[in-house]
Amino acid sequence: MIAEEAIKEGIKTQEYFINMGPQHPSTHGVLRLMLELDGEIIKKVIPHIGYVHRSIEKMCEKDTYRQIVHVTDRMDYLSNHMNNEAVCLLVENALEIGVSERVKVIRTIMSELTRLSSHQLWWGVMGMDLGALTSFLYGFRDREIINDIFEETCGARLTMNYNTPGGVMFDIHPNFQKRVKDFIAHFKTKLPEYDDLLSDNVIFRNRTEGIGILSKEDAISYGITGPTGRASGFSNDIRKHKPYSAYDRVDFKEILMETGDTYSRYKARMLEMWESMSIIEQLIDNIPEGEIQSSAVKAVIKLPKGEFFQSVETARGELGVYVVSDGTKSPYRIKFRSPGFSNLFVLDHIAKGYKIADLVAMMSTIDIVVPDIDR
Amino acid sequence: MDRKSLQNKIATWSSEVEFSAAPVLADEAAGVKASPGTQFLEIIIKPNQLLEFAEKLRNDEEMQFNFMFSLTCVDFADHFMMVYHLRSIELEHELVLKVKIEDKDKPVVETLCHIWRTAEYLEREVYDLFGVVFTNHPDLRRILLDDDWKGYPLRKDYVDSINIISL
Repeated sequence: MIAEEAIKEGIKTQEYFINMGPQHPSTHGVLRLMLELDGEIIKKVIPHIGYVHRSIEKMCEKDTYRQIVHVTDRMDYLSNHMNNEAVCLLVENALEIGVSERVKVIRTIMSELTRLSSHQLWWGVMGMDLGALTSFLYGFRDREIINDIFEETCGARLTMNYNTPGGVMFDIHPNFQKRVKDFIAHFKTKLPEYDDLLSDNVIFRNRTEGIGILSKEDAISYGITGPTGRASGFSNDIRKHKPYSAYDRVDFKEILMETGDTYSRYKARMLEMWESMSIIEQLIDNIPEGEIQSSAVKAVIKLPKGEFFQSVETARGELGVYVVSDGTKSPYRIKFRSPGFSNLFVLDHIAKGYKIADLVAMMSTIDIVVPDIDR
Repeated sequence: MDRKSLQNKIATWSSEVEFSAAPVLADEAAGVKASPGTQFLEIIIKPNQLLEFAEKLRNDEEMQFNFMFSLTCVDFADHFMMVYHLRSIELEHELVLKVKIEDKDKPVVETLCHIWRTAEYLEREVYDLFGVVFTNHPDLRRILLDDDWKGYPLRKDYVDSINIISL
């Protein structure tokens, strides 16, 4: 009422800028958003990135292809297996060598475990961003089990470097299958609890439903891939459209939603976790025998002259690796099409007219990882 | 559309289009393997043709390339090559559009951000790291590096005073 009277009397309101970040809990890393505000209403979001830019593409121009694999899990550290896999697949396709069925299945299981752990972390942090600390503890509790499984087989918990061109670094640990099955059984009882906590929570629903709507056309135009794009009905799952590793032999649904609001982006990831578990279940008892490292790959890898492109589906969307090779042991030019980069810049488009608290929820469901954006 | 018909259709638009060096397609019956490094159909055009081609590729009924999944630049010895990876979601075909910029001292090309919105930020990245100027771009600033950074790091002739990379 006061505002209305003020407008009638001709008092002008003034738009102003505030900085969100670079150190802000909900930016999930060093990201700075400049917000142009009218009161609490967002007029414009200007993302400033580059705080963790390490010039990975330039570095790779001096690295060998084996070394490049190691750099990739410093980009999107929550999709480390898939990032490794992208470079390995590119090298294998360019050299026209195949990997054994065993490697394909192991890679697929590892990728899906990574996706699960990434989504668990996202779910925990999403709840925390909206003010519910419990979800953070739940998410990290269950993610810990996956990290332990990774540690046993890969020797590391976050930057695994498990995939190598032509295979994987080590064979799976004897406990691997049992522990994965135990985890799936455990997580199947816990995932409904996640739903009870957030998905069916009235406060949560009010803060997410109908907020930050992204249409299918805009999702395609802005290049929004992964669950963020699929929540708008944009079918972009590389696992379905261009199957790699063992995805052509497993049965799973591509989760597509219609509305494209914050809640459907949330729901898309929740449903995706069930699909990931189903993929792992289909494969875990059927890991074929075979060599874990192809002998066709030499110690020093030289790609033939030409240009190569490989896409994989990470937890955030389509990661593309583009290599221009001049026939030497290092790429002439390598470009990483990181999903986070395109996904971040849609914020300005969807956040207009909403409040700062809504922006926090939107950022959570876009699920950005800043090192992936900055590279 | 398959690769051959795409190529035939695009060839009718302009006589100056170059197609990628003889892509050998796999023919399993005849035992012919696809030549490596030519996954996509590539077309190479001149900078002044870009806008016309981009609009046709986006809007033509048989093309409908509505998803740009990568935009980047490559620094070759005597030219810059802008590389646009395009995909049609409805028709499920892919294409690489390349623009050869001969003038290495003043690389200029038209922006495509009104056709594919994702190009706005990818072009800023190319401007930042390669120094390619995009005309009519709404907000052409550096994106990853500081505003007062000197030089364009992804160019091959870039010299870094600290030079951590070549250690």
